[in-house]
Amino acid sequence: MNIPIYLDNNATTPMDPRVLDAMVPYFTQKFGNAASRNHAFGWVAEEAVDYAREQVAKIIGATEKEIIFTSGATEADNLAIKGVFEMYQDKGNHIITAVTEHKAVLDTCKHIEKLGGKVTYLPVKEDGMIDLNELEAAMTKETILVSIMYGNNEIGVIQPIKEIAAIAHKYGALFMTDATQAVGKIPVDVNADGIDLLAFSAHKIYGPKGVGALYVRRKGPRVKVTAQMDGGGHERGMRSGTLNVPGIVGFGKACELCMQEMESEAKRLSVLRDKLQKSLLVLEESYVNGNIEHRLPHVANISFKYVEGEGLMMAMKDLAVSSGSACTSASLEPSYVLKSLGLSDDLAHSSIRFGLGRFTTEEEVDYAVEVTKKSVTHLRELSPLWEMFKEGIDLNSIEWAEH
Amino acid sequence: MAYSDKVIDHYTNPRNVGTLDKSSDKVGTGLVGAPECGDVMRLQIQVDDNNVITDAKFKTFGCGSAIASSSLATEWLKGKSIDDAMKIDNMDIVEELALPPVKIHCSVLAEDAIKAAINDYRVKNGLTPIVSEKTHH
Repeated sequence: MNIPIYLDNNATTPMDPRVLDAMVPYFTQKFGNAASRNHAFGWVAEEAVDYAREQVAKIIGATEKEIIFTSGATEADNLAIKGVFEMYQDKGNHIITAVTEHKAVLDTCKHIEKLGGKVTYLPVKEDGMIDLNELEAAMTKETILVSIMYGNNEIGVIQPIKEIAAIAHKYGALFMTDATQAVGKIPVDVNADGIDLLAFSAHKIYGPKGVGALYVRRKGPRVKVTAQMDGGGHERGMRSGTLNVPGIVGFGKACELCMQEMESEAKRLSVLRDKLQKSLLVLEESYVNGNIEHRLPHVANISFKYVEGEGLMMAMKDLAVSSGSACTSASLEPSYVLKSLGLSDDLAHSSIRFGLGRFTTEEEVDYAVEVTKKSVTHLRELSPLWEMFKEGIDLNSIEWAEH
Repeated sequence: MAYSDKVIDHYTNPRNVGTLDKSSDKVGTGLVGAPECGDVMRLQIQVDDNNVITDAKFKTFGCGSAIASSSLATEWLKGKSIDDAMKIDNMDIVEELALPPVKIHCSVLAEDAIKAAINDYRVKNGLTPIVSEKTHH
């Protein structure tokens, strides 16, 4: 067992050595530009990209012509939202999204508002799910796009994608999903789910960083997005720029491996995750954040009341995890995702996200449980809030000096 | 962000963790910060008849720097007169623990906790609280 133990697989994943093996030749011998049509170097690169495009399409049930390679999911989100806004401006200018989306979607929507678009940010219920009635009530004749993420990056909650898509289509809007956390972890099928645009990336599924894709539906309806980068007209004119051939090859291989191993891997990880969760909930005043029925198999977000997340992470230095605490980020606010579930700031400050992955072992999970329990207990001994709780003092009855 | 060795030392082996009898006239208690902000410090001092701090205890809910700042504060307080304790400046804590700019608020909170504890003691003993001319916020 190597220390520290990596349990932050929602942030990024280690690359699978099989992916690296597939990529290596495309850095040195097969270095051609996939757009070079007049020599063997270009043909070899193009062939590799074509093959990878099939592998990438297959994991979401798409066809290869519907895949636009990008630099990652952030670019794919930008291209989808800005591209639809520009392309469909004659039809309307209203976009619907949710408050728990990734910043790549939220900040792009803020940008759309600056351009004169209208955006509705749907709230979520306390389990992190959106309310389908609220979505339907928000739909207008002007609505051109509904963008709701597949699985949440902080709490792992899976939205009812099929139902959301049906509502969007009923009102003539397109449906887009940021599926960065879901693809490769759970079955995603653009046709079964009714998805028109889908963003995802390689580095969350044991592939390389710096490569992702936007799925753009070609049939029923044929969806188009306005390019956000001008240049050589690559990727059917929707995304110019020389293709990242080794990255794309790695992305393809990563998708292929996930296709093969997803089913058994999801089972294995959910057993480990459930074990971790059950063992940690033995601690008094610990709570799981988000819906536990509709959740990605490898994520557990747990708040340990009366201890502060960053302080806790420092005690758990042998574990690489993530916290909703404000102190872990540059901003002074704790996680907006947790706050939107209605969590009080102090509970949001006290949260830890455990993200398991392909290389997580049971031994590591057992060790993580021990370290976490020990750390929470240690910090509670130091915590004036824990002492007050134990004395039966209502913390809300104290006049705190906000600073 | 990397922590300094001194922060790690205080965090790993915090000095003077505990609780003094807050109902005693000889004990001053300062409770500062707010759970919503992710920092709460409780600092207590025991004062003898010569106005010397004979004991100091703390409990802190917060990040490693907040815990270290309050641990250090209790170390410094022990044996100091009330007057000298009033002179402890947050920048002394910043310097001693090599706190980065984003953690300066932890030292400010520790200074506030010291002053709040002293004033609690003063009020309990019929003295007026000292208003600090320093404004941090």
